[in-house]
Amino acid sequence: MEEKLLNYIEKNARIDIKELAVLMGEDETAVMNTLEKLRADNIICGYHTLINWDAVGIEKVNALIEVRVTPQRGMGFDKVAQYIYNYPEVNAVYLISGNFDFMVTLEGKTLREVSEFVTEKLSTIDSVQSTRTNFILKKYKDHGTIMAKEVRDERMKMVL
Amino acid sequence: MRNPLSQRITTIQPSGIRKFFDIVSEMKDAISLGVGEPDFDTPWRIREEGIYSLEQGRTFYTSNAGLAELKDAIAEYLSRRFDLTYNPKKEMLVTVGGSEAIDIALRAMLDPGDEVLIPQPSYVSYEPCTILANGKPVIINLKAENEFRLTAQELEEAITDKTKILVLPFPNNPTGAIMEKKDLESIAEVVIRHDLFVLTDEIYAELSYAGDHVSIASLPGMRDRTVYINGFSKAYAMTGWRLGYVCAPQVILEQMMKIHQFAIMCAPTTSQYAAIEAVRHCDEEVAAMRDEYNTRRRYLVNRFLQMGIECFEPFGAFYIFPSIQKYGMTSEEFATRFLNEKKVAVVPGTAFGASGEGFIRISYAYSLENLKIAIDRMEEFVKGM
Repeated sequence: MEEKLLNYIEKNARIDIKELAVLMGEDETAVMNTLEKLRADNIICGYHTLINWDAVGIEKVNALIEVRVTPQRGMGFDKVAQYIYNYPEVNAVYLISGNFDFMVTLEGKTLREVSEFVTEKLSTIDSVQSTRTNFILKKYKDHGTIMAKEVRDERMKMVL
Repeated sequence: MRNPLSQRITTIQPSGIRKFFDIVSEMKDAISLGVGEPDFDTPWRIREEGIYSLEQGRTFYTSNAGLAELKDAIAEYLSRRFDLTYNPKKEMLVTVGGSEAIDIALRAMLDPGDEVLIPQPSYVSYEPCTILANGKPVIINLKAENEFRLTAQELEEAITDKTKILVLPFPNNPTGAIMEKKDLESIAEVVIRHDLFVLTDEIYAELSYAGDHVSIASLPGMRDRTVYINGFSKAYAMTGWRLGYVCAPQVILEQMMKIHQFAIMCAPTTSQYAAIEAVRHCDEEVAAMRDEYNTRRRYLVNRFLQMGIECFEPFGAFYIFPSIQKYGMTSEEFATRFLNEKKVAVVPGTAFGASGEGFIRISYAYSLENLKIAIDRMEEFVKGM
């Protein structure tokens, strides 16, 4: 039930409990209780709206920053990550296998804002060895959703 | 000039609801719930295999029966999913959709006067294909009180000494009815006792919502008297690829093969290559689509319950078949008024046989959002009566 519920609301957070119960074929109270529990356990951590900002014409600059660090004594990756993720302009921080250590995603209003953050905040953290900033030029698909997809029903109107 | 037409073809009537269809297609702003094909795109990995086969220049005929690799993959799939064992070399033929399989099976098996039992409401091709194959269609009118399942008693009552074939169209279009194992067992008993053959059209097998679909061909004693039809259209959202298959005992299949080889040559090559990917690697994609249909199905069942519209819970395909008898109109009148007044198109039950009178077919091969809008309009419509 938990997994099923999570799968449903991951794709549609706006759905009301009554309808959710019908769609899942489950009892309404049971759905409500499970939902409460998942919130309390911090398994459901938040609700967001997926916005195609490009389509609104509001400029936003998104960057993927590769960060290489030297973990110091008494200060493992977790601690360095904390230094990074505490900045509100940081959207996500992932520890990565491969050529670098962290992938940091960042959103700013302008290129300058993002580069200032990288040069003044991120690079100056003691354990940070180097950074490489990749600006996102176009978002094709985000959170499993194709951004500029035109939904058209090209089927004939009646098919027996 | 002489009459250019055969007598037989002129006895086949064009569908009575053609007129209604024409109105629907002309009404540009209508929402349709009338489409009997998936709303999903064919999964990308299948499309990509089709494209790749074209890039490789695989644009020739395949052998008449279909690509060996595809047939092997289908045999493996049928065994894995439905516990069916067929020899891909001798008992399987890849066809142009399930439709071709229906046609050639009847043509290979019928002599003039042989009777074919056709439960209705059901898909529209069994009756004309029987007539074109010299057979005599005998309709069994299924009943709402049995959830439109075929009962052994109904079957027994329709059998004469001319009866040769029973068509078994489950999961059913248009009713959404299924036949569970116990239902099939009682049918199989009658079929064996009367020495009949079964043409089982299981094109919706993957879209079954009450546990795993059971094929009558998997029941004891049935394999040798069953022609099993399935295909890619519904399960993999591949309607336009035109690809189906039929499995049957070698003695029948060999004769079907003759018709197929002279009339068709082979099923489309691109589609066959793409289909290999479908049967081998797309169980998850199929399950995801099934889950989505099931969600919509539950939504509709609940809405009709709330609206007080009588409807049995359908467990198969992507159709729901509510009764509109209490509104005192024929199915066609209801559908026409609903279309004109609320701009929503549904299919009158009578499109699928006389026993569909009093019912409408609603397809849920539409997004939940569209279904909500359409059913809200239906609620307004019936409240106004």
